[in-house]
Amino acid sequence: MKQKVRRSQRVDRGMTFVFYAVAFFFFALLFAFASKVILGGLAGATPEMFGFLRKGSIGNQLFNTVYLVFLSLLFSVPIGVSAGIYLAMYAKQGKATRFLCLCIETLSSLPSIVVGLFGYLVFLVFFGMGKSLMAGALSVSILTLPLITKTTEDAIKDLPPGYFQASMGVGATKWQSVFHVLLPACVPRIMTGVILAAGRGFGEAAALLYTTGSGSDLRWGNWDITSPTCPFNPFRPAETLSIQIWNLQTNGQDRDLANLASAVLMILVLVFSIAANALSRRISRKNSGEKS
Amino acid sequence: MNKNKEKSMFAKEYFWRSLMTAGGLFVILLTIVIGAFLVYKGSATFTVFGHSLWEFIGTAEWAPEDSMAGGGAVGSLIFLVGSLTTCLLALIIATPFSLGTAIFMTDISPKFGERFYRPVVEIFAGIPSVVYGWVGLTVLVPAIKTVFDRQVGHSVLAAGIVLAVMIFPTITSVSADAIRSVPQDCRMAAYGLGSTRWQAIYRVVIPAAKPGILSGVILGLARAFGEALAVAMVIGQTTALPTSIFSTTKTLTTEIAAQMGNAMEGGETKSALWSMALLLFLISLFFIFLIHHFSKQREYAAKQ
Repeated sequence: MKQKVRRSQRVDRGMTFVFYAVAFFFFALLFAFASKVILGGLAGATPEMFGFLRKGSIGNQLFNTVYLVFLSLLFSVPIGVSAGIYLAMYAKQGKATRFLCLCIETLSSLPSIVVGLFGYLVFLVFFGMGKSLMAGALSVSILTLPLITKTTEDAIKDLPPGYFQASMGVGATKWQSVFHVLLPACVPRIMTGVILAAGRGFGEAAALLYTTGSGSDLRWGNWDITSPTCPFNPFRPAETLSIQIWNLQTNGQDRDLANLASAVLMILVLVFSIAANALSRRISRKNSGEKS
Repeated sequence: MNKNKEKSMFAKEYFWRSLMTAGGLFVILLTIVIGAFLVYKGSATFTVFGHSLWEFIGTAEWAPEDSMAGGGAVGSLIFLVGSLTTCLLALIIATPFSLGTAIFMTDISPKFGERFYRPVVEIFAGIPSVVYGWVGLTVLVPAIKTVFDRQVGHSVLAAGIVLAVMIFPTITSVSADAIRSVPQDCRMAAYGLGSTRWQAIYRVVIPAAKPGILSGVILGLARAFGEALAVAMVIGQTTALPTSIFSTTKTLTTEIAAQMGNAMEGGETKSALWSMALLLFLISLFFIFLIHHFSKQREYAAKQ
């Protein structure tokens, strides 16, 4: 008996050590990974690489990435938020609603390459758009739509029921309560979802492979919006940072440039996810403060 | 005047309500349209070019004709096997580590885990896959080449490790949620009976959190299955069945990513690629079904 106890105590201590080791190992791995990408990328960079040249720089690609994500949010935020409001406020319990939830799940687990193919088929083949920022932005918005819908729905559902009841009690209609009371109260949480969606959009590559093409020939100062070299023309082919890494990989040239592109992409995503994290922490602190 | 105002209020009410409903309907419609397009495009291999289902998923001869006439071979077993082996390898590598980390975060060092480790893991879930792929290509592939003394470092092993690092945050955060939601009473009861911490974890906490942990594993698997470019960078892209973890091969996603741009619209190659996309879609539906199955088990367990 005594021996058994001693043995299980030994095992317990051993396993505790194993857990510490595993946790520490992965922590170190993630840390090494991040510092390798960021420091390694920045170390090999030359000043020209940050410029807006046709070749050998990342400025245009960085602009394309941000612009593409901005365009995609223009589509996915209104649709996602309204679908979320519908789910939280108007949908009745039933088969149709369950099906809608299933659809959201399906969309969120679609492989991005499949979404890219769908975007290619619909926007390029059927609508004849040609490889363009717009086609890529629409494909990315399909990928981010479920995330925004889900956060909006959860944000509204998690509000204290008193918000809605009080608003209805003073004679507001349902929409008035949604728009003037519930939505303003959820804005921070919805923002968190949008920031996360943007972060996902920045790194998306497979969905853009066949939809945005790889043009990086921009002429800054060309404000004719229909011209293919105007930076703000949404119907021009555009190379994003992630596609640039992919293209450099296939061509096998200019390692430093790809390293730098990865570093910048990583910093972009890190900044966005840390912002989302900080925001959601502030919300939860505020909420727990209100309760006490 | 008042009546007019009331009327416009109602009009507004209905207008906005229908707009929100339209948003919901759009999501349903989008999903159905994506599914329908995939079925329509993917079935051409079987209806237009007359290949049997077995030929598609059961044989390994991949030589489709890039023309409307067809007549090539569309056996995509290589890609299916490639996908399965890389993903399983990734799971085998990632699951024990993720579970260990999740338990560390919740039971061994909850304060540090909650404050610090968890946000870090969540942030890593968002790192773009091309970055993982690029680091895999520049660091891991040469490392495998020298450590195992191979001619090329591109291999199933490299893809498995890259995917494992990629899905580690997903599995960890989902299973940490599941482990945390096991009631504290269960642990206290186990301690009260005289068990050590490891015994409580191993015999009480993990069995109770099992459905949630499995959901996390499936989510990770789904992410690994759908990943295209990170895998394409490190797997070597040769059309052959993998014979060991050091051989180069292709997966469903990498083949689609590599060939779609060159194939002719309406040709046999393109149809076969669409069929592979359809297969990916069906597999991701299957994963959703599994997750639902596990979450139902969880609800059932919670009711007991």
